[in-house]
Amino acid sequence: MLEQVAAVTLMNLRSLPQRLGTSWVIVVGIAVTVAVLVSVLAMDAGFRKTLAGTARADRAIVLRGGSNAELSSTISRENTLTIMDAAGVARGPAGKPIASAEAVSIVALPLKRTGTAANVTLRGVGPQAFALRPELHLVAGRMFRPALRELIVGRSAVEQFKGVAIGGHIAFRDSDWTVVGEFDSGGDAHESELVGDIETVLSAFRRNLFQSVTVRLESAQAFDRYKAALTTDPSLSVDVLRETDYYAGQSRQLNKLLGFLAVFVGGFMAVGAMFGALNTMYAAVAARSAEIATLRAIGFSALPVVVSVFAEALLLSLLGGAAGAAAAWMFFNGNAVNTLGANFTQVVFRLSVTPALLAQGIAWACCIGALGGLFPALRAARMPVAAALRAG
Amino acid sequence: MPAIVSLRDVVKTYTRGKQKVEVLHHLSLEIPQGDFVALMGPSGSGKTTLLNLIGGLDRPTQGEVTVAGERLDRLGSGQLAKWRARHVGFVFQFYNLMPMLSAERNVELPLLLTHLNKAQRRQNVAAALAVVGLSDRAKHKPAELSGGQAQRVAIARALVADPTLLVCDEPTGDLDRATADDILHLLQALNRTHGKTIVMVTHDQKAADFASHVLHLDKGQLVEGQTAAA
Amino acid sequence: MKYLPLVWAALWRRKVRSLFTLLSIVVAFLLFGMLQGVNAAFSQAIERSNVNRLIVANSISFTESLPYAYMAQIEAVPGVARVAHLSWFGTYYQDPKNFVFSFPAEAERMFAVYPEFKLPADQLQALARTRTGAVVGADLARKYGWKIGDRVPLHSTIWTKADGSSDWTFDIVGLYQSPGDRAQESAFYFNYAYFDEARSFGKGKVGWYVVQVADPQRSAQVAAAIDRLFANSPDETKTQTEKEFQQAFLKQIGDISYIVSRILFAVFFALLFATGNTMMQSVRERVPELAVMKTLGFSDTGMLALVLAESVLLCLFAALAGLAAADLLFPLLKDTLGVVRMPLRVIAQGGAVALLLALVTGLLPAWRARRLDIVEALRG
Repeated sequence: MLEQVAAVTLMNLRSLPQRLGTSWVIVVGIAVTVAVLVSVLAMDAGFRKTLAGTARADRAIVLRGGSNAELSSTISRENTLTIMDAAGVARGPAGKPIASAEAVSIVALPLKRTGTAANVTLRGVGPQAFALRPELHLVAGRMFRPALRELIVGRSAVEQFKGVAIGGHIAFRDSDWTVVGEFDSGGDAHESELVGDIETVLSAFRRNLFQSVTVRLESAQAFDRYKAALTTDPSLSVDVLRETDYYAGQSRQLNKLLGFLAVFVGGFMAVGAMFGALNTMYAAVAARSAEIATLRAIGFSALPVVVSVFAEALLLSLLGGAAGAAAAWMFFNGNAVNTLGANFTQVVFRLSVTPALLAQGIAWACCIGALGGLFPALRAARMPVAAALRAG
Repeated sequence: MPAIVSLRDVVKTYTRGKQKVEVLHHLSLEIPQGDFVALMGPSGSGKTTLLNLIGGLDRPTQGEVTVAGERLDRLGSGQLAKWRARHVGFVFQFYNLMPMLSAERNVELPLLLTHLNKAQRRQNVAAALAVVGLSDRAKHKPAELSGGQAQRVAIARALVADPTLLVCDEPTGDLDRATADDILHLLQALNRTHGKTIVMVTHDQKAADFASHVLHLDKGQLVEGQTAAA
Repeated sequence: MKYLPLVWAALWRRKVRSLFTLLSIVVAFLLFGMLQGVNAAFSQAIERSNVNRLIVANSISFTESLPYAYMAQIEAVPGVARVAHLSWFGTYYQDPKNFVFSFPAEAERMFAVYPEFKLPADQLQALARTRTGAVVGADLARKYGWKIGDRVPLHSTIWTKADGSSDWTFDIVGLYQSPGDRAQESAFYFNYAYFDEARSFGKGKVGWYVVQVADPQRSAQVAAAIDRLFANSPDETKTQTEKEFQQAFLKQIGDISYIVSRILFAVFFALLFATGNTMMQSVRERVPELAVMKTLGFSDTGMLALVLAESVLLCLFAALAGLAAADLLFPLLKDTLGVVRMPLRVIAQGGAVALLLALVTGLLPAWRARRLDIVEALRG
């Protein structure tokens, strides 16, 4: 039996080139579906990756109670000292807590691609910020100097926004800031930001309130102890979040939207591609009717015929799926996109076509192909032999 | 009776690949109005080519073809199409009905090319179907008709626009003897009572016997004509 | 018109094939309707923005505040008819998921600048009388079942009161409507005086000013004049028309029209193959039939037109079905995207796309039908 199946299937696949015209419908339909699906999911994966990359399990961020993002939070100077000194915070060689009390401000800078203004985060950081975030390192220029209006700028920001390359001047309020360095932090959310000295930023914006404190914990397990220490302190009213939770929360909204878009658009496209596959496979069965009838007349059972139709559909859809996934990877992997993040500012992220997404795309392709091949295969099996012979 | 079909010194050649084949050699022919002519001859003798020229489906390589007062060799393909719609009804061996249309819709087809309105078209269709005796099959699709019935529908379609000339290519070639005779009687009646000029290609002597004249064609030329015993 | 039954019958010659082709076109236009609908709804919002309104915001960014004292100065600029101000309050109701767009405002000024918002005069007076009063969009009120007289607590993620609490309580005294655009009925406005007095920081500041100009033709000059007024001050301004402002904001979220057009391009690229293949197969199968029709006297151009008509009929019919389905599904997007109805113009665009699709996919088969040689085709 197995030999029968193999023989008929091979014979059929060899005749495939003769039906190339209609076979394209399956390949193109599925390729396009998979390409769209994978690209949208790659956007989702990229955004997730950027925000997740910003977070470390042994870091915690502290915000004013009830404010869910840095932008809306306010913390007084004396509170930042309490927060940085609490139990569980890791300390550097000199015994100083590895922590940074920060303020964010939004500056409008033109996007390179459209020229329209976009909100960019200007972050003022404390002296320990670079011990706190070792992933952040300069790739060009030098560090800003305290008390001078100097900034360092993330790589993604340099790519997306006008006028922030080293040597560039950014004027706001009654001050003029010079970009002196460019940093890399592994493509995380901070890479879309401008970073300067906290005291200089506060004075330039005439503020005296901080907005967040980020601390390095002694270990990831120290979080509960640290959180308990802050929340039981009657002088504080703060929310304490693991960085991982804080950034995962920020991506949730967009992840939901992109996930919905992928399933909605991909689902409908898959249905459309399936109709195309059905048409192609019905046509293939019709074109082979004389051949199938002859096989059946000779004494072949229905199974090899069914398998041969099914194999054709699967092969074509696999081809389409692979082409679509490859196209998504070639054209979109690593493409930088930007959107508004939780702070009302731009987060730059890269489409990330992961192996898992490629596999997912090909799995979709196979499902479409299987469904598109099923009914035509059954029809082939049920074809009345005599009538088909005469028609042929 | 004046000649309704007149061919003068007609040559028709086809190019098959690199080869040039002359199918009709300097053929001349006249068919008077109201005649029923059977064209006979072995396959390859040029019967169908001659019929295509008379029916305005094709143009001669050389010579004059005058049908219903029109020099067909001078018409372009668009003018020929208009001319066919007005003057010729075709009947084919395999009926060539549109499988997705009902009998009456098939018959109506040539009327779509006229200026008749819907009611007039319906009236003419009913009349044509009555002539061929198929009024009760009007709503049927070709697949639901027997061979004889299908050919009657085809004849009704050929008749419905009241053409000058009926051109039939082996109209009984696909039918059994009894059915074939029915169809031939119908054609004969159309010729005798309605005065339709009919040109029919056949290789069946019994069919040819229904015609008033038989023309024999061999190797692209007419052999001497003979009058049928009708 | 008399050819319609003929064309329709030809279309359904192979029922299963035509049905599947039809369904794949329906699906494509369903996607077209939804995606293009969202896109058009956003751009419609931009186009609807009032041409005689300007937004005056801090030049550093939209989120930096401006002094309240600017109002009188802006009012004095020649060409300015009315000035109102709004501030971002950033609230949710009961759960962080229930985001509420709420703004402290001076109601009389605000409703004068936004004449498209309809609020009964007595409710406007009630708001002026009630310190903790609020007027709410009809749609927002429906969503949470709020009525006039209800006392509603909102949690602000930004603003704390002097006692450190972020919970603010309001008395609903009015419901406003926006008949021209129901999507605008989801905001919550309350008294600036209450807000400014109770907040613990930032007193004496507003988020941004909304300026109505007397003559829309002169809005550029007025905008420039306002910005000049505050140039070289600690709070420089950036004045834009409402349209520019909204455009820039949407661009920040992401280039929606770019993504939509890419996806739709992909969808229709695949559809071109599927539909073109069906039309080509259909003509190939019907060669003898098409030859007979030519024999009957149908002209070459007539045959071209008939085959094209088949393709047009198929595509238009399927496109309308798909767009109708999209119209039915559209309200489902309301919670995700805040758009209420599929804009009508999408149907016209869809029709045009369907026609184009039909012509592109039908042209080759139609040309083949036109070129068909009767004598050859009848010989089989």
